[in-house]
Amino acid sequence: MKFPYSFPLTRAFCLYLGQLALLLGETFTSIFAGRIRWRLVLHQIVEIGFGSQAVVIITGIFTGAVFTAQIFFQFNALNMSTAVGPVVSIAMFRELGPVLTGLMVAGRVGAAMSAEIGTMKVTEQIDALRALAVNPVDYLVVPRAVAMMISMPLLVGECIFFSLSASYFVATTILNVNSVFFLQHMWSYTHNKDMVMATTKGFVFALIVVFVGCQQGLTTSNGAVGVGRSTTEAVVISSLSILMVNFFLTMALNIIFPAGGHY
Amino acid sequence: MSGLQDNLIEVRDLRQKFGQQDILRGVNLDIPKGETLVLLGQSGGGKSVFLRHLIGLIRPLSGSIKIEGEEIAHLSERELEPVRRKIGMLFQDGALFDSLTVFDNVAFPLRERGERNEKVIREKVARALELVSLQGQENKMPVNLSGGMRKRAALARAIITDPSCILYDEPTAGLDPIVSDTINRLIRRLQSQLQVTSIVVTHDMISTNHIADRVALLREGRIHFNGSLEKLHSSTDPVIRDFIEGRSHEID
Repeated sequence: MKFPYSFPLTRAFCLYLGQLALLLGETFTSIFAGRIRWRLVLHQIVEIGFGSQAVVIITGIFTGAVFTAQIFFQFNALNMSTAVGPVVSIAMFRELGPVLTGLMVAGRVGAAMSAEIGTMKVTEQIDALRALAVNPVDYLVVPRAVAMMISMPLLVGECIFFSLSASYFVATTILNVNSVFFLQHMWSYTHNKDMVMATTKGFVFALIVVFVGCQQGLTTSNGAVGVGRSTTEAVVISSLSILMVNFFLTMALNIIFPAGGHY
Repeated sequence: MSGLQDNLIEVRDLRQKFGQQDILRGVNLDIPKGETLVLLGQSGGGKSVFLRHLIGLIRPLSGSIKIEGEEIAHLSERELEPVRRKIGMLFQDGALFDSLTVFDNVAFPLRERGERNEKVIREKVARALELVSLQGQENKMPVNLSGGMRKRAALARAIITDPSCILYDEPTAGLDPIVSDTINRLIRRLQSQLQVTSIVVTHDMISTNHIADRVALLREGRIHFNGSLEKLHSSTDPVIRDFIEGRSHEID
């Protein structure tokens, strides 16, 4: 036995990445070939995008609020309370907005995708699709992938908008930060590149959630127990991947869109 | 049988293995156009696995499967689609899409093949549901149907596009004798009126006696018997006798 096959975990990891890459390739081939069922895409946008709003908004509001409070407690001691706005804004745009949205969507949508497709797999519905000459990737994965790629950047934007609104509210009404300074500083330190970073990350996390969720669903076996396992794995794998990929994305995107500076 | 060119399906030396277990050990079988072949065999003997090979749901380990002369054993999923359009399949538990109503399930193959005229779809679905005696159940979800109704709805879905060949995986298993008889009659009618080729996997001898033009017995991964119904019943082979008479050799 040669490397990497002598390490079962390495082998399993490589195999899994290979399967994900194949699914990704097949899905994008279908998308570019125009095999998109728009009715199903709209249905998925409602399920994924519209349905996730409450979760994402609540996450945004309370993260923004608590982050503002903590930053204020530290900064106020240094007489820098008006710097709370820019710190919260940049943190939300560059990191917390996309990551928290990604994690919430992974928990809500990734789990649902994996459970639904997994149940279809174990009850022979996927085979029935194939027997009816319908490609399961075209029918199940493509609409979810397109819907996620559209919904996720919007959800990230929504999360950030509500977190900054909550931040403004907490800072100005509860913590008595001057609202003009707060807004002026937040505005001058937040740039378009931060927004590009947020949407780019949202897009990449959408891909992680949708492909991990669908891949887990499509490879489900062993009945109800298997569906349970796939769902758990989908959430765990996509959440951890989001956190890990986020670090590398930050480092890579910081080269293209360096942080800092204001005008 | 009248010449090789009249065979709809030709299977040669088909082998399959799951893990260490040999499921099919070299199956050879020809199915002429318009014939109803009943494939008998014990539960877990590889009958359903064999059936799934015929529509490309499982790739063979080795061997050849020809549908209308076209080798399908090594076709990709996309290349298999035209072949699958010619074949309908009834799954053991129906495999209805549980997010769709009975109507949408039966209409599914039509819509997927580009039929947009809702009036035509409604007419065809009504006709298919009438054939399987499921009128008035259009708006129910599969979860609200009994096992027999699910199977009949699935049969309606399998026949709605008028396939030239239908594969039945245990069509009468778990059904009451009256519904079983409806299904048996339907299989016969599809064969006599539309010259549909049918391959029926079952271990129901009543059903076999009713529908079979020819019977094949799969045993230990090979075709143990292949012949007419009369030949099956007059056989003195102890394996066949045991199967027909439902005898096991286990000691109480």
